[in-house]
Amino acid sequence: MGARPGLHLHIDGDSVLHRLPAHAKVVGLLAFALTTVAVPAPGWWPLTVAMLTGCGLVALTGVAWRYVWPRLLIEVPFLLFAAVLPFVASGPRMALGPLQVSEVGLLSAWALAAKGTAAVLAATAFAVTTTPRDLVVGLQRLHVPDTLVGILSFMVRYAAVVGDEMRRMRIARESRGFRAASLRSWPTLGRTLGALFVRSFERGERVHVSMVSRGWTGTFPTFATATAGLVDWACAALPALLVALTAAWALAS
Amino acid sequence: MTTPVLDLRGVAYRYPGSHQALYGVDLHVHAGERVALLGPNGAGKTTLVLHLNGILRAGAGTVEVSGLPVTDAHLLEIRRRVGIVFQDPDDQLFMPTVRDDVAFGPANLGLRGPELDARVTEALTAVDVLGLADRAPHHLSFGQRRRVAIATVLAMEPDILVLDEPTSNLDPASRRELADILAALPVTLLMVTHDLPYAAQLCERSVILSDGVVAADGRTLDLLGDADLLRRHRLELPWGFAVPRAD
Repeated sequence: MGARPGLHLHIDGDSVLHRLPAHAKVVGLLAFALTTVAVPAPGWWPLTVAMLTGCGLVALTGVAWRYVWPRLLIEVPFLLFAAVLPFVASGPRMALGPLQVSEVGLLSAWALAAKGTAAVLAATAFAVTTTPRDLVVGLQRLHVPDTLVGILSFMVRYAAVVGDEMRRMRIARESRGFRAASLRSWPTLGRTLGALFVRSFERGERVHVSMVSRGWTGTFPTFATATAGLVDWACAALPALLVALTAAWALAS
Repeated sequence: MTTPVLDLRGVAYRYPGSHQALYGVDLHVHAGERVALLGPNGAGKTTLVLHLNGILRAGAGTVEVSGLPVTDAHLLEIRRRVGIVFQDPDDQLFMPTVRDDVAFGPANLGLRGPELDARVTEALTAVDVLGLADRAPHHLSFGQRRRVAIATVLAMEPDILVLDEPTSNLDPASRRELADILAALPVTLLMVTHDLPYAAQLCERSVILSDGVVAADGRTLDLLGDADLLRRHRLELPWGFAVPRAD
């Protein structure tokens, strides 16, 4: 089903990235992130290409940028750290306008911000074009251990259920006059969290019983999905190749 | 006499380190019957249900499903034959989409490809939710989730459908729609419920389980018309509800 933009990571569409099989996208994203991270600093050209590639991937999704920006906020703490680096790093100083900053710190800040931004842009392009179901099946196709796939699948399925339970507990607390206003409210919040854990654990037991009741013996069945052809794999590898080739060219010259 | 779909003889069970829940239950359900399992809270109804597909094993007594004893050797076939729909659909629906959830059971039985797809379509059609196949279970209404939960079990083509409190948390319209669907399903039915009018509407026979034993077994309208019997076992008809005459 199509999720409403802004509420869920995935957004319906019919772009090239939407159509690319999930397992090819996972491998492509991983390769792109690793290649970008491996670019030696300062890597002006390769990292610029990596960021432009990230922007290009997001543009390819066809999703409006206003839905993409909120998903990029996860990077803000890293950008703040990068912004501080030129001022706290040691080594030779240089002038940056009216400020004196560390040369090494400035280069590290650029590398950190560029690598982080490129990877987050690519990850966002992946997330908005891949349904949770496709991600789970894609990981199965990549032979990720069943237990890990199961944990991910249950997390996707039950996050909303546990969230609802948490909301009901909050309403019940507040309906009886509770306000989390000081440290003294922490024990109450702790006990609520404990109760939520116990309830979730019990639900886990009930889910297990219902799985076993339908013949589950420890292995998740794999359902048919689109297979990835040579063209799909080539498309998925393209972003990482672009960065790698630019880095090789930069190093050679 | 044909082999009963469910044949329980002297089933007793004690929870490890805890109380005795069942004291020797005898129950026989034949093909095509619709039986309501009634009883107060703590009577052992859910414990009994978990014996039907081997989740719990009787400390004493035997359980057979269509002549097949519930043992490790037959567990997968037993679980195909006994389709249990649990009380909370969120416990039953754990896959990312409705289609995958309905396919989970038959896939565990080894079905793949077009055969599996046909089974899923048939089960979803039977409970009138085919249009929800690609939705995520947590995006459905409670009534829709209940119907999908029934489809997950129907897809295994069970010999008997066991429903644990099917009307809990349903609004009146969803309750009626579910009754229409259940009445139209050509299956043997065992329905665990506190909802006595629902039992009267859907099941011609009822069994009262009380304190871990079968306290009464007979025509639903006869049992519900016996005010003393109901009172002894902490069962009550809703205010203003009159049992239609059995004859």
